[in-house]
Parts: sequence; structure tokens; C-alpha cells
Amino acid sequence: MSLARILGLLAVLIAVGLLIAAPTMLRSYGVYLLALWSVTTIAALGLNLTLGYAGQISLAQGAFVGIGAYTVALATAAGIPYFVAFLGAGLITFAIGWCLGYPALRVQHHFLAFVTLAFSTLVFLVLRNEQWLTNGIYGINDIARPKVFGLSTNRNPDFYYFALGMLALFAGLQWWMLRSPWGRAFVAIRENPLRAASLGIDVRRYTLMAFAIGSAYGGFAGALYAPLVQFIEPNSFQLTYSLKLLLIVLVGGAGYFIGPFFGAMIEILLPEWLRFTQGYYLLIYATLVVILMAVCPKGLVGAVALIAERRRKPPGRAPGPGGTLDPGGATPGPTGAASASHSR
Amino acid sequence: MASFLQLLVSGLATGAIYALVAVGFSLLWQTSQTINFAQGEFVMVPAFFVLVAMHTLGLPFWLAAIVGIATAALVLGVLFKRIIVDQMLRHGVLPLVVSTIALSLFMREAVKDFYSAQAQPFPSLVADRDITLFGVVFSAQSLALLVVAVAIVAALHIFLQHTRFGRMMQATAQNPTVARILGIDVERMILTTFLVNAVLCAIASILISPIYLAKFTNGETLGLAAFVAAIIGGFNQARGAMAGGILLGVLDNLCAAYMSAQYRSAVPLILLVLFILFRPQGLMGRVEERTV
Repeated sequence: MSLARILGLLAVLIAVGLLIAAPTMLRSYGVYLLALWSVTTIAALGLNLTLGYAGQISLAQGAFVGIGAYTVALATAAGIPYFVAFLGAGLITFAIGWCLGYPALRVQHHFLAFVTLAFSTLVFLVLRNEQWLTNGIYGINDIARPKVFGLSTNRNPDFYYFALGMLALFAGLQWWMLRSPWGRAFVAIRENPLRAASLGIDVRRYTLMAFAIGSAYGGFAGALYAPLVQFIEPNSFQLTYSLKLLLIVLVGGAGYFIGPFFGAMIEILLPEWLRFTQGYYLLIYATLVVILMAVCPKGLVGAVALIAERRRKPPGRAPGPGGTLDPGGATPGPTGAASASHSR
Repeated sequence: MASFLQLLVSGLATGAIYALVAVGFSLLWQTSQTINFAQGEFVMVPAFFVLVAMHTLGLPFWLAAIVGIATAALVLGVLFKRIIVDQMLRHGVLPLVVSTIALSLFMREAVKDFYSAQAQPFPSLVADRDITLFGVVFSAQSLALLVVAVAIVAALHIFLQHTRFGRMMQATAQNPTVARILGIDVERMILTTFLVNAVLCAIASILISPIYLAKFTNGETLGLAAFVAAIIGGFNQARGAMAGGILLGVLDNLCAAYMSAQYRSAVPLILLVLFILFRPQGLMGRVEERTV
């Protein structure tokens, strides 16, 4: 085991320790924010799979979170047990994601962005207009929090541990998936679809798969989001939310496993830190995003990886291929990103 | 029948605006692979340039309009290209997409925080009265809007197709490498594209703000309409975007009246998905070849 690896493992252990100890140190609102962070991270992990690993731009992750949230809210209100609804939310979003991939696959990459953009607006319209089902603009109130192993999660710390456990589960699942032949196929397709096809990878099937699994992560995140906030309305799942999730993935670092964790942390915590700026938070945030993209298009984790790579190499040499994530396939993909994430 | 004609005219008027915005959008995409997610805000902001010129500098409307268009050309054309696009394109398409998303957020918030969150009245080109033609009542505003927008779309079409400079721009849009070999100053053409886009957006802004009022949220629907129009028209043809915009405006208005007003905003989206499924190259587009 190299020193960097030991340090990395140590950092992860400390982070996990802090996350577990957090409720003893924070007030209820802080714990609520951390639970929100866990849920948002799950949604962002899914988008990172679609975008960072399979190279498909999706602007509908927020809509999938919405579908998951509404599924659980409506199902639990109808008396269906929470965990059945939870699985249902995942299955529904998986199926919708799979179907949505089809039209986009017929054409080129940026079209997926537009199809998902359209889908996200359609979902909003249905949620708002089909009052008999979704209660329209009034939203759904008093969503019950689930009992986990017979324990109530009505208090914020309890729900936080539940959400954190789920985050660990889904993160572990993705970690395993990325190391399986599937994960390698995803990356191969992002790097070069034609070359991947020539190696015998069924590009169509794997692209659909990456998109569907990513969407299902969104659905599961929604299934956790609904009982966390206990009130959902169509506005929360507008295009803005999908764009926010996209920014989370890119600010953290697309194609890096731990990117979404950092991205979501910033997205959730920055408004709290910038509270002193009053109304100017979004202005500052937008400016920071543009600066980050100009300075380091691979996001925060990408920046750290780049610095580490520079140190490792003898001085005077170029810092490796500065490939960037380019869905158009015009430039070589982030080979650095893929190898860096594998070394952690 | 009368109401149908009325709807058709107002649909054409909306469509002509969509066309203005969509043409700029597709020109940017063609010359520099810029998918401008802030295009809607590019239409929203110039109205406020004009308002500032009128209220802060005390200029008369027509002068303020010229100042507004010039400011838009400078800020949304030159500065946008130099500060955002040139920086980001080195990194690839995705950072550019994200930056324009962030930019749209920035513009919306800046207008809200530094001007006003309230919808602002905006002086109109013509007095608002009704005109009766062939027994049908049309609003003078939407007729004027239609006339001006169509004139500009036509002028742009002539410029792109029949002038040397326009053809050089088209050549650059379609294949920068070959254009460079033919001795075209590609960099200058691309900059011109950004200027054209900014000016089109500014004109669209001045045309629609009297009707929709100038407000910071105006960009949302317009940006989406521009996308959709550009796709239905064919991403790689400027005249396709014009046709797409006009078609979209007409369908949008007719559907709102005859089908469901609630799902009005779904019309362009359904149209979009149908086009992507059955005619991905758009009405007039060519099929883009895959690169290895």
C-alpha cells in the first residue's frame, strides 16, 4: 500500500467518523442539512454515472427525483409500506430512464440534453396540472417518515442516520459497479463509442443502462427526499433543480467517484456560509462556478488530482493529457479522470 | 374563421420573435459549438439596458433603443465571446454548457437585485390600438411586431445568402477548416456571429418587452423556445431555425386556443421529441456525420 493510499483511506475514515458523530455536535437544523446532503449526494451519484462515466448529458435528474418523491408520497398515503414504495420509485425511474434513452440514442449526444430538458419540463407540467393525482400547485403535505427496523425516524438525527446508511449503500453499490465489467464498459463508451463497439461492447445497451441506473439513483433519492422534507410541490422539481444537480456533479468533478460528495456539500452549505451576503448568494455562486470552470473544468476533485499529478511527475514535464469531458467526442476524453478515480 | 386568422397573426408574431432568437442560437452553435443556455436571458437583459438609458441617462426612447442595442452588442457579443466562450472552449463543450447555465443565473439575479424584481412597463413602438382588417380585429402591436420581425428575418436571410460577407459567415459555420483554407478570416467571422446574435436578441427584446413587460424571468420560456425552434428547423441551417421559430409560434398559439391552455408549454416539447424521433436532422438540416 502506497503512502497516498493510506492517507486517502485515513481521510475517508475520519470523514465517516465525523459524519457519524455529527448529530452530537450540531443542532437540529444542521442535522437536517446533513440529511439533505446525503439525499442530494445519492441523486448526484446517479447523475455522475450518466454524465461522468458514460458521458451522456442529462438535464432531467431533478425530474427523476421528483418522480421518486411523488411515488413515495402517493404510495405511502395510500397505505403501501414505505420500503415497497421505495423500491417502486427506483423501478419506475429505471424504466422511464430506459425509455427516455431511446429517442436520444437515435441521434447525437447533445440531443440527449434536449430530450431530457423537454422531459423535465413535461414532468413539471404533469405534476402541476394533474390535480386529481398530485394535488397540483398545493403539493402534498404530511408525508410520513418510515419506520426502519421498527424504529421511528421522526426525529431529524434518526432520519439522518437512515439517509446516511442509504448513501453508504448506494455509494458502495456504485463503487462495486464501476469496478465490474459494466463500469469499464461505461468508461470505454465515453472515451470513444466507435472503438468501444469494435471491442464488442454493445454501445446501445450500455448507454441505456447507464442512463437508466443513473435515473434510478435519482428516483431513490426522491424516495428519501419526500419523507425528509415531508412536503413536496411541483416547483421543487423544475428544470432549475436538474441544473443544480448538474452543477453539483461538475463542481465536484465529473467522472470522479468522490466528486458528488464535495459538490453536494458546497451546494447545500454555501448558502448557509454566504448568508451574510443576503440576496447576492446566487450571484456569487454563479460567478464562482464560471471561475471554477475557467480555471479547472474538471471540478474541485479534478483540481486536487491535477496538483497531485504535477507533484508526482518530474518538473519540466507537461502535466499529463489535459483531456476534458467532451460529449461531442471532438477531443479525447478524460483518461486522467478515469485512472485517478481507480487509484483511490 | 375570424378568430383563427387572429390567432394565426399573433402566432406568426410570436413565431417571428422565436425565429430571431433561434437564428442567433443556431449561428452560435454552428460557428463555435456554443450551446448558449443563456440565450433567453440574452433577450431579457437588453430591455433593461434600454430602461437604464431612458431613466438614468434621460435619453428619448429611440436613442435609448440604439444605446441598448449597442450595449448588447458589446456585452452579449464581444465580452461574452472573449470572457466566457474563448476561455471555456479550450476545455470542451461541457464546461461551456455549465458556464452559460451559470451565466443565465447570474444575469437573472443581477437584474433582480440591481434593477427590480417587479415587471417594468416598456415603451412600445406603436400606440396600442386595434386595427380592423377584412372584418378581423388585430392588435396594432402584434401587427407591428410581425412586420418588424419578418423584415429583420428577411434582411438577415438576404445578408446570409446573397452577400459576400454573409456567405463567408455561412462557410465558416459549415466547415471552419475549409473556410480557413479558402482564405476566410475565420476568427473575424466568428466574432461577427456573436455580434449578430447579440443584436438579434436585443431587437427581439425591444419588440416583445412592450407586450410581456420587462421582467427578470422573461428569459426562461424564450430560451427554451429558441432551443426547440433551432432543433425543429435543423441545427445546422440558419433558415431552418427561422422556419422552426415561425412554425413553433403558430402551433403554440393554435394549441393554446384549441386544445389545452394548461399544457401549452408542452407543445414545443412534444414537437421536439417527435422531431428527434422521426427527423433528427430537422426540417431543413443535413445529417451530421459521426467522427471517430
